[in-house]
Amino acid sequence: MSATLLIDTDLCSGCESCVSVCPFSALSMADGKPLVNDQCTLCGACAEICPEGAIRVPEAAPAAGPDPAYRGVMIFAEQRLGRVAEVAFELLHKGRELADTLGVTLTAALLGRELDGPARELLRYGADRVYTVDDPRLEGFTDEAYGEALTQIIRSVKPEILLAGATPIGRSFIPKTATQVGTGLTADCTELEIDAEKRLLLQTRPAFGGNIMATITCPQRRPQMATVRPKVLKKGAPSDSPAGEIVPFNLDWSGISGKTRLLEIVEELSEKVRLAEADVIVAGGRGLQEAKHFSLIRELAELLGGAVGASRGAVDSGWIPYAHQVGQTGKTVAPKLYVAIGVSGAVQHLVGMQSAETIVAINSDPQAPIFDVATYGIVGDLFEVVPEMIRQLKAAGG
Amino acid sequence: MHIIVCLKQVPDARQVRLDPETHTLIRQGVESIINPYDLYALEAGLRIRDERGGKVTVLTMGPPQAEDSLREAISYGADEAALLSDRAFAGADTWATSFTLARGVEKLAPFDLILCGKQAVDGDTAQVGPGLAERLGLPYATWVRKIEAVEEDRIRVQRLMDDGYDRLEITLPALLTVVKEINEPRVPSLKGKMRAKTQKIPLYGAADLGADAGQVGLSGSYTQVMRVFAPVRRREREMLQGPVEKQVHDLWVNLKNRQLIPFDVAGSR
Repeated sequence: MSATLLIDTDLCSGCESCVSVCPFSALSMADGKPLVNDQCTLCGACAEICPEGAIRVPEAAPAAGPDPAYRGVMIFAEQRLGRVAEVAFELLHKGRELADTLGVTLTAALLGRELDGPARELLRYGADRVYTVDDPRLEGFTDEAYGEALTQIIRSVKPEILLAGATPIGRSFIPKTATQVGTGLTADCTELEIDAEKRLLLQTRPAFGGNIMATITCPQRRPQMATVRPKVLKKGAPSDSPAGEIVPFNLDWSGISGKTRLLEIVEELSEKVRLAEADVIVAGGRGLQEAKHFSLIRELAELLGGAVGASRGAVDSGWIPYAHQVGQTGKTVAPKLYVAIGVSGAVQHLVGMQSAETIVAINSDPQAPIFDVATYGIVGDLFEVVPEMIRQLKAAGG
Repeated sequence: MHIIVCLKQVPDARQVRLDPETHTLIRQGVESIINPYDLYALEAGLRIRDERGGKVTVLTMGPPQAEDSLREAISYGADEAALLSDRAFAGADTWATSFTLARGVEKLAPFDLILCGKQAVDGDTAQVGPGLAERLGLPYATWVRKIEAVEEDRIRVQRLMDDGYDRLEITLPALLTVVKEINEPRVPSLKGKMRAKTQKIPLYGAADLGADAGQVGLSGSYTQVMRVFAPVRRREREMLQGPVEKQVHDLWVNLKNRQLIPFDVAGSR
């Protein structure tokens, strides 16, 4: 039994929207009606675009339904070297909202060493209970130990939803845990909602480099697992008198083989640009023409108290190190203010910065795609515009 | 040493453009390519083979046309290839994909190392590599930016993190997903291109893999796509007008009003 796209040829008006929207070239027209070939992955782009509602994606056969013993929302609270990742607080804030909608508790899982301080911080940010595994073998990150630890916590606590940050650590070991537990996982979500009636988590994420958004559900298995992009959700205000409790969790180490051994953690300070956490980013692209012109970007960034970003084009040209790259193959950022200078705005760049609150685009080409996402646009020669920006800021005492 | 490299055929993202009216993908005439990250995985595999001997097998799941990507990989220097293709595989999420690939890998066993790109540029999930490792009970490392040393029973690698990198030692057989910093892929050789034309590539369907329809494709997937839509370009855009000095001034006033800058530039003209 293989699933095929369902096309109602009576409803079809032959407009061909589906053919042009298909990301896989899986549709063609035959006798004025769409024909689907083997390239189809059932992504649903055609069903979404069809003005007549003539195309449907078949639904997977419903199985037994989710295990009702799973209740509650859990977040994985990432810490590195004793510092809780910002995304954990963002997840707690959203997790609180989801838990309240479902009428359940909000818990956190915390792995590492000397976790008392970090655990209390999680309570202040809204966790009802924090499960900790305090062990030297969890001091550094390995997929094997982290994956196994979270799997054991999930099997014991049985949350219906598990959220983790879409960080290098979360994106690495959460798929292992999801596979061990035997449930679905949605990567890099940017929006989470609850369908209260069905107790379903609606997980929205970008695909195709941000050109398509997809809302994903996991109807049959529990927990419903998602990684969530940092800086997309808002962090809540901490409480001075948290009511929650810290519960040490006893991990069974017998299944952990030690086939992965962490030899060394190397911090590269030179690459520590803190782009991901900056409130203001000034980014330069190929329009700068030469490496030395990045001094304009740096000066403006300094005046605005911001970090320096770059497009892939500027990085590939060797004008600035990769650590500054924003975009699909670089960092995803969501500052309050993003100033794009001489950046054309290729899709791969836009994905990495389009969730900034305010975007300023400065480019000589009025057709540049960066203007599509801009809040304010200036069409002009950056070598005139940027020095003027700097001059006015300095004159204002900046 | 037997190295298996997993590939995915994807639409060439560099050719993908947005329709300015509908903000949907314009995909007509867009070619299919090997997922760019997978080429770094292939190169990493070829380098280990060239140094230590053995063979590189490329594996993909996809529609029949995905065979093209396997032939391309042979032109780069892969020794063997296997295609997992069946109507029943369509609509697979990462759960069903890693299941199917694991069954495919078992057909190719024994092996010492599996290499994958860090993620595919169409789905961007980065879940299939770790999922595949777990299915096969293998240790793994993601985001590998350097292979320091390969020994008979272990491998030492560097894993790229946000604030630097971790050095890891992993017992073989193992799985790695690699980032682009790991190497500079070679170009296809003439000899490879010739071989790519004639090489026999075995095809495995669901039945060959001993997989039930309920384990693969859409039916074997735990996640469901409920809705696909174009992202909302929520911005009210304002193009600033006038001489440069005025445009810049208006910009700062607007940003000041939004409390994005602490300076009062109103009197600066």
